[in-house]
Amino acid sequence: MTEEIHQLFNAIREEAEKRRNAFREAPVPKIHIGMATCGIASGAIETKKAFEEALAEQNIEAQIHTVGCVGHCYAEPIVIIDHPASGFPPVFYHEVTAGKAKMLTKLFLAEGDPRFEHVYGATEENELIPSVMEFPRFNQEKRVVMEKCGRIDPEDIYDYIAESGYSSLVKALQLKPEEIIREVQESGLRGRGGAGFPTGRKWELARQARGENKIIICNADEGDPGAYMDRTILESNPHQVLEGMILCAYAVGAGNATVYVRAEYPLAVKTVTRAIQQAKELRLLGKGILGTDFDLEINVFRGSGAFVCGEETALIQSIEGHRGTPQHRPPYPVERGLRGQPTVINNVKTLASVPQILNHGAAWYRSIGTESSPGTAIFSVVGSVVHPGLVEIPMGVTLRTLIFDICGGIPNKKKFKAVQIGGPSGGCLPADFLDTPIDFDSLTEAGAMMGSGGMVVMDEDSCVVDVSRYFLDFTQKESCGKCTFCRVGTYHLLSILERLTKGEGKEGDLEQLENLSLDIKNGSLCGLGKTAPNPVLTSLRYFRDEYEAHVSEKRCPGKICRALTAFYIDLDKCARGCDICGGCCPVDAVFSTKNRKKAIDQTRCVKCGECKVACPPDYQAVKKVSPPSLAPFIERPPKI
Amino acid sequence: MVRLFIDNKEIEAEAGTPLLQVCLSNDIYVPNLCYLEGTKPQASCRLCFVEIEGEDRPVTSCTVEVRDNMVVKTDTEAVRRLQRTALRFLLSTHHVKCKECPANKKCELQRLAKFLKVGLRPKNLDRHLKETETDKSHPVFNYYPNRCILCGRCIHACKREHGKALLTFAKRGIDTVISFYGEEDMSRLPGEKCIACVEVCPVKAITLK
Repeated sequence: MTEEIHQLFNAIREEAEKRRNAFREAPVPKIHIGMATCGIASGAIETKKAFEEALAEQNIEAQIHTVGCVGHCYAEPIVIIDHPASGFPPVFYHEVTAGKAKMLTKLFLAEGDPRFEHVYGATEENELIPSVMEFPRFNQEKRVVMEKCGRIDPEDIYDYIAESGYSSLVKALQLKPEEIIREVQESGLRGRGGAGFPTGRKWELARQARGENKIIICNADEGDPGAYMDRTILESNPHQVLEGMILCAYAVGAGNATVYVRAEYPLAVKTVTRAIQQAKELRLLGKGILGTDFDLEINVFRGSGAFVCGEETALIQSIEGHRGTPQHRPPYPVERGLRGQPTVINNVKTLASVPQILNHGAAWYRSIGTESSPGTAIFSVVGSVVHPGLVEIPMGVTLRTLIFDICGGIPNKKKFKAVQIGGPSGGCLPADFLDTPIDFDSLTEAGAMMGSGGMVVMDEDSCVVDVSRYFLDFTQKESCGKCTFCRVGTYHLLSILERLTKGEGKEGDLEQLENLSLDIKNGSLCGLGKTAPNPVLTSLRYFRDEYEAHVSEKRCPGKICRALTAFYIDLDKCARGCDICGGCCPVDAVFSTKNRKKAIDQTRCVKCGECKVACPPDYQAVKKVSPPSLAPFIERPPKI
Repeated sequence: MVRLFIDNKEIEAEAGTPLLQVCLSNDIYVPNLCYLEGTKPQASCRLCFVEIEGEDRPVTSCTVEVRDNMVVKTDTEAVRRLQRTALRFLLSTHHVKCKECPANKKCELQRLAKFLKVGLRPKNLDRHLKETETDKSHPVFNYYPNRCILCGRCIHACKREHGKALLTFAKRGIDTVISFYGEEDMSRLPGEKCIACVEVCPVKAITLK
């Protein structure tokens, strides 16, 4: 048996290596273009087309290699040009527009000039161009799950195999299922969907559970605002997820598996569907995997975009064709899940970690991260940071390192105010918590949670009350409406928060918010409801003074809540005769004073802030204040 | 049979019975709305909380099966707090016009309000009513969204009678309502022959036309 597995797989690997070598050794330049959704949104399709056209026009031979996402959203579209004949190492270019693509084709590919002003760095050590590995955004990451993302073509299974893909499957097929479960248990891997349940334990429970047709589900119903880790992984390296699913199925004894992915991720759906097809063709999936008697069918189920369907019992309901509403647990899905069968539901990142664990061993995995949270964490860091994007770091790195060193800190010399971790279920932490290590337990202790990996960084120009309102608006809209606390409770939290942001807060509102939040947390049926008040509870705990300012002074310290702010023009700074602000005001609220300076009619102003943006930096005469009463009253001169 | 203690009273019950059922059969009233004997507990109204020794917070008694030596308390501060909040939430979306309502004096909400000592018009909570006062889309029944407390008993009673439910929850969040599927072929509806949904409704939110 062992021999047959090796024989079959060696043939596949040889083919993969042959293709890889042919690509590498071809005496032409290679252009790697990041073509995941993020790249495409920034114009990667046009960039690719521009390269193709320019190459054809100038009669240059080169190979275009489409890859997934490297996680550096701020730099998209990203192109790496490997042009050995020029004498330069492979060069990383950022923000490569179609125009830049044409220019690089001519100047670098044809004439050998890499145009240093556009170079971000070299992708390997050399003496000519500084390597990107010298930048914190690169060298402080630890890539386990995303190791191959952005390096391989997600649509080509051989690309994955050439990078030692599916080798852990070969290893696993020669082990007993129990041995795999033991390895995963020893690695200490915890579920990356948010709650952090030990994965090995879950698999063990499923293995022991009675059922003829056990099922594996990969949960890719990512719905947190600002989170896109799962999408990127599926789009950039679907085979690592599939390999994890196959390993899981082999370990628990399942014959069927489903990737539950949102329909709003069309590229991920397409990529993973194609990957399944390719794996089947090579007998890495389907009937008799690599010649053994182990069968596994994987299908793709497209979720219709309900946030609550990321909750495992609601997800099962949704696959069964019912309304996606959570069910009471127990029974847990590992005992009785989809169609009554024992079902393992794991997040994309959890499953994608498994091939690495089996390849390198549990001890290696344990050496990364912390004692109670081994391995890496992937965050999509967005908001007020210089280098937003996907970051994979070892657990235990502090928030400060992640935000300030790796992601470049806060832009425009603004001050850090808070970071929201874990999306609508998570918490809002202030600067005092910047030295908190990122791991499951420390974040929970601080009042936030790991969540699935959304991280929104806020600077001083943000209002925590408004952020809470935003998240409650989200959870209220996404509440399935089944249980009283979530359906009605979140509505009341939202309506109080809306009142506060409109300056209609009254005494007792904060206590009411707190009490209702605690009841919703204790009384709700599912995780969505139980965690929905978290943004309110944590921001009330750490930013109570801001809430109080909204209630008693009708003041918004972040100057965000429109009803609590006003714009006025500082007459000492305003330049006589300048009319830029007046020109851009959409409601004609700007008028001229007697001495030909400008002022704002507060009764007309809609507080869009256009005038503040437009006022030339030399004057900076437009001021924003809160409460609105701070704006001096200037009378409009009578019309002549 | 198992032996358990509810509010210091020793009770014998069939193993596997839902705790809520055991309480109710033994004259220990636990507030509840969505529980319907013989159907899978939904645990959606969030009223039937009790405290069980060994559990760190109140649990819904409809989802717990009785066990030997279980020690249950139905009247603790934590339990009542959750029940009162849940009821206040339900009342805040309920059109309280008892005098005009056919459920008056037979209404579960009135009974609960009295039992839990909660006013029918809870203070400090905004009232949220839906735009549609009466949904007349069904040929046989009328549905009153602002009376409905979305316990789902009608759906489960219907499913119990017909194998599949002829009505469903629709929309999400605070807008959630009960809806008929809008069957084109009226002859396929049981019509007035079956009024299971009307009978189980605790607040008369579904009535015959």
